[in-house]
Amino acid sequence: MTSEDCELIAQICAQRAGLMVDPAKTYLIESRLGPVARREGFGAIDDLIGALKERREDRLAWGVVEAMAAAETAFFRDRTPFDLFRAEVLPTLARLREGEPVRVWSAACGSGQEVYSLAMIVEEERGALAPGARVELFASDLSERALEKAQSGLYTQFEIQRGLPIRSLVRHFEKADEMWALAPRIRQMVRWRRINLVSDLSAAGRFDVIFCRNVLGGLTPNARPRLIENLARAISPDGFLFLGLDEAPHGLGEAFQPVAGRAGLYARNPAFSVAA
Amino acid sequence: MKTCLVVDDSRVIRKVARRILEDIGFEIAEASDGMEALAWCRAAMPDAILLDWNMPVMNGIEFLRHLRQEPGGDRPAVVFCTVENDLDRIREALDAGAREYIMKPFDGDIIASKFAEVGLA
Repeated sequence: MTSEDCELIAQICAQRAGLMVDPAKTYLIESRLGPVARREGFGAIDDLIGALKERREDRLAWGVVEAMAAAETAFFRDRTPFDLFRAEVLPTLARLREGEPVRVWSAACGSGQEVYSLAMIVEEERGALAPGARVELFASDLSERALEKAQSGLYTQFEIQRGLPIRSLVRHFEKADEMWALAPRIRQMVRWRRINLVSDLSAAGRFDVIFCRNVLGGLTPNARPRLIENLARAISPDGFLFLGLDEAPHGLGEAFQPVAGRAGLYARNPAFSVAA
Repeated sequence: MKTCLVVDDSRVIRKVARRILEDIGFEIAEASDGMEALAWCRAAMPDAILLDWNMPVMNGIEFLRHLRQEPGGDRPAVVFCTVENDLDRIREALDAGAREYIMKPFDGDIIASKFAEVGLA
């Protein structure tokens, strides 16, 4: 790939998804685009680039964006956000909503480990929540392929050994040939949708908890404020936002305030604080 | 320093596991079967045990049942590390007192995350 080709890829990703791709990382770009080229029937990446220039085809461009956006994830990644959700956020909101559903959104859900970790928590805590409490789980991603994999609930032996306690595996999974299959009762707790987080989200709905971890940092400086604005509009006034543990909340502005002593947790309404 | 006894009849696996566990701060002892491991534990009870299932002389699950009868034998956090990946086997190991369970093949991330899970990394 020439540096011009890399610039083109970076441009496509920035335009369509606000995704920041460093055009200097030729090796990374090539390693991501190789599989796309093969899948689309091109002999080499150069042929894929040629087609992109020539046809500007939507499907092809999105295939590129999806491949560049793909990120590693794990069950209960970073642990503390999930401990916080289980011990404080979920019981507090379940009590406050008095039978109205608590709506939880895993934005940029990737292959589904985050939202399924939340689903397992909700199922395990059901008996301890306020009587009549309801929880609705939503997951979205930019990538159709990621959503397909996530919805299947099938994971490799490596994937189910990253972050998932063995007792959770025994409780919620069955073996399916070489893979591990998540129980249908957990899978069915989640509703899925393809969402581009930097596009117009006004139809996405209202959420009480949003997990949007390790997304902001991967966006272009132009796209970041758009995402934050979108999240602020999508979250309920007393809702909670989880960002990645290492993500600087720069640019969050008035919309979100860090919850003191709770790494990665942000509140929409400054007047509201988490019950201890 | 926390101590971990690595029990596996494969010298290669012991070596790989030793390197990973040393990196996350353990002092390592090795045993090549359950009987040898039991002798180690009687001499100096470790904080953690990484335990293979299928071994000559005494296998992992027999060792674990013997260990829990020993004075202080309820203390070490036992993490199985085996090719056995049937749910029934995993349940059997948990019932015998294993705290975590690793299915081979493993890598450094898996070992580190499982030891974090039992509060030792």
